Amino acid sequence: MATGPTTHPAMTALPPNARSGDAALTRAPGGVDGDRAFAGATLAAALAVPAILLAVFLLLAIDAEPALTRFGASFVTSSTWDNVKEQFGTLPYIYGTVVTSLLALVLATPVGLGAALFITEYAPRRLRTPVAFTIELLAAIPSIVFGLWGFFALTPVMRSTVEPFLKATIGPVPVVGALFQGPSLGKDLFTGGVILAIMILPTVVAISREVLLAVPTMQREGMLALGATKWEAISGAVLPYARAGIAGAAILGLARALGETMAVTMVIGNSSRKITGSLLTPGYTMASAIANQFNEADNELYFSAVVGVAAILLVVSALVNLFARVLIWSITRNAAQGARA
Amino acid sequence: MTGAVIASPYPVAPGLPFTDDSRYRRRRARSQAMAGLIAFAAFLGVSILWIILGYVTVKGAPALNLAFFTERPLPYGEVGGGIAPAITGSLMLLVVAAVLGVPIGIGAAIFLVEYGKGSIIEGVRFASDLVAGLPSIVVGVFVWAALVRNVIGNFSGLAGAVALAIIMVPIIIRTVEAVLNLVPHTLREAGLALGVPKWRVILGVVLPTARAGIVTGVVLSVARAGGETAPLLLTTLGNQFFNWDLGKPTGAIPIQLYNYAVAPYPDWHEKAWGAALVLILVVGVLSILTRVATRGSVR
Amino acid sequence: MTATHSQIEALVRPEPVRHHVPHGPELPGHWMQVINLSVWYGARQAVEGVNMTVRPKAATAIIGPSGCGKSTFIRCLNRMHEVGAGVNRVSGQVLLDGHDIYAPSVDPVKVRRHIGMVFQRPNPFPSMSVAENVVAGLRLVSNPTKSQVDETVERCLDQAALWDEVKDKLSASGASLSGGQQQRLCIARALAVSPDVLLMDEPCSALDPIATAKIEQLIIELKRDYTIVIVTHNMQQAQRVADETAFFLAAEDRIGRLVEMAPTGQLFAHPADERTAAYVAGRFG
Repeated sequence: MATGPTTHPAMTALPPNARSGDAALTRAPGGVDGDRAFAGATLAAALAVPAILLAVFLLLAIDAEPALTRFGASFVTSSTWDNVKEQFGTLPYIYGTVVTSLLALVLATPVGLGAALFITEYAPRRLRTPVAFTIELLAAIPSIVFGLWGFFALTPVMRSTVEPFLKATIGPVPVVGALFQGPSLGKDLFTGGVILAIMILPTVVAISREVLLAVPTMQREGMLALGATKWEAISGAVLPYARAGIAGAAILGLARALGETMAVTMVIGNSSRKITGSLLTPGYTMASAIANQFNEADNELYFSAVVGVAAILLVVSALVNLFARVLIWSITRNAAQGARA
Repeated sequence: MTGAVIASPYPVAPGLPFTDDSRYRRRRARSQAMAGLIAFAAFLGVSILWIILGYVTVKGAPALNLAFFTERPLPYGEVGGGIAPAITGSLMLLVVAAVLGVPIGIGAAIFLVEYGKGSIIEGVRFASDLVAGLPSIVVGVFVWAALVRNVIGNFSGLAGAVALAIIMVPIIIRTVEAVLNLVPHTLREAGLALGVPKWRVILGVVLPTARAGIVTGVVLSVARAGGETAPLLLTTLGNQFFNWDLGKPTGAIPIQLYNYAVAPYPDWHEKAWGAALVLILVVGVLSILTRVATRGSVR
Repeated sequence: MTATHSQIEALVRPEPVRHHVPHGPELPGHWMQVINLSVWYGARQAVEGVNMTVRPKAATAIIGPSGCGKSTFIRCLNRMHEVGAGVNRVSGQVLLDGHDIYAPSVDPVKVRRHIGMVFQRPNPFPSMSVAENVVAGLRLVSNPTKSQVDETVERCLDQAALWDEVKDKLSASGASLSGGQQQRLCIARALAVSPDVLLMDEPCSALDPIATAKIEQLIIELKRDYTIVIVTHNMQQAQRVADETAFFLAAEDRIGRLVEMAPTGQLFAHPADERTAAYVAGRFG
């Protein structure tokens, strides 16, 4: 761990008459050592970051290893999670994470993209910054506050109004209707997805906005000059040009949703490990399962299984993060090429 | 003036060329409908923030009184009590986390901008991005396994501070790297041309020039870490009593909030809202300050 | 209002001499007339009091030093200046075939459908193929059948002198062509919606000399069927392609004005205004 290099004694060892041309000759040895020591200290600080990352992967792998070797593939395919019988399958947690995160993506992407379009294409100039700023402030609210609000304010509304409404309207529809079956409990996968959607909204808005701003004006004008309406110019020229970056924004939002813990833990129910097709089922996410069970995992295998969940979460979120960055990188690179061409 | 003043040089077209047909009216209607939907999306995004802020303010304000800030939580049934140990605990955790994380973050940023070359820069930056993307609960699991289990042996403030430091470092790196890149190269060259060693130019010229941006990055990271809950549950656990010993479990505002919220007592729920209001005020004010200070330049 | 009635009448030229104008209600081709047009960007005035007639089925060039308002002016001819940031204001009238495109009932979307535009830099849509680029505008106003699409693609690419070069890569991305090909693709795209007038804002400024020559040849071909207005900073180009040339100049106040407009040969050989004479002689700008 690097300590502040400002206390290095060599700091005062600078010869006052040092000049540029013969600095190497006239500089006191302390000056050279100072440079070397300081560069070394910053290098150590920089290497601490990959070291932490490596340590996280290693330690989680070591602690998850007993459960992973004991259960093999069934650790991710089995839905039995029973610490009394020492049977651990994480499928319900993976399912809960995937369902809530995808739901968050489905809800947050259109709203976030719409808000970004409003900021970049529609809003009068003096409204742009305040709107962007306000939505970005959502990102500053701590997860636990979203959880509290979700717990006391959102879930009652979901139970009494939103979920009965969805059951009555979408419920009877074939196929999608299956998503809205069973009693309205309020604390379920659906509410978890909604709170996640709110939480990832600022991510989606901020990145979509950046990507949309990178679309050359000439693209919009090219479509408008053909007699396109404003929406036709956006849907025909702007959005296709920006699609990779918008996908990146959505996936970065997804990455954030995957690892979110407290807010989801407080609204998802944490009471049923049954996988059903309905979103109105209480469930667990990987993160909420860790939060709920980590401190009760009293034997080695149970603990290893909980760390195994963390390891899966770590790998999945790292992969999704990587994928999103590659997408965004590809569009900014294309934009740079477009500017050169 | 009108066109009638001047004779048309050519025959005027008999019909208006810009007549509406039904397809055009449909296209225009769709464009207007989409404009409405897009404005509604923005309205939704903005109003959600105000709904949550309003809710927390209305519900939390009644809980705020002197005792709330000065007393420790009481067992259920006793009237009163506050979150004082959580406030002091959060302060202690954040100070220790900053002491651990700020030198690493700033040092790494200096390395990236001033010393690093090629692939090692890419590697560090990549690692920093991935650390920033670590689920916070995973950070908690890691610190538990690394420190709480054997090295320290019990839940402790130090472990919590390490977890928060891990969350702070990539935020500091990203912000400080950006502001250091904004420092004009001529400033460095001016110092080096005087024969001042590079490290003294960095400490004496570059860092002071970028001071405002560096402070911003640190404050931003503290604001973010101050609201974290999940990693603290796994590392410092929480404490109803005042504690200044880094080796022992320590309270924190988010943990106290969580404990108040999930308990079945309405009186405690009010205190949870109060804690949320305090958290939002502190975190929100810090965030607004830093965002205003850096708007348009560095995020 | 700065131009007097007599000035306006002096600038509005009578029947064209080199074109046969049929009698009766039939149009000789699509024509435009600009009456006392002034443009402001926010509080700053950019163009003042322009009066001009755009002859049907001819090329009208607009020349002048940079900053003279010529690009601003041409963007007002199909209301493209309304796109983008800033509060842009226009006074005066712009007539297409005698009808004001700034009349309150007229939607700029419809104006641009009739008055197409080609820009300084080629801007094909990179997410569309060459063929899709050509019919992008057509798909807005109709649901063309497969055969209509094929027919339009071939006809417009042929009109734009591009068919032979791209007929084997119609499904390649529009961005994969060379700069000159991209610009001709953009011209084909503009032609596909059968515009009445084609505006070109320095269409060769981003192209090499060979590509420029091809576009110039194309303009000469196109003006048999289309009314063309072209902004150019290149006086030789104006002389090669334009029947009429208008000279714009900004005075010290940085407000662009139309100094002189005449048949191209006359403007360059015998300019009436000494500022025009100085400019065409290469003494400034």
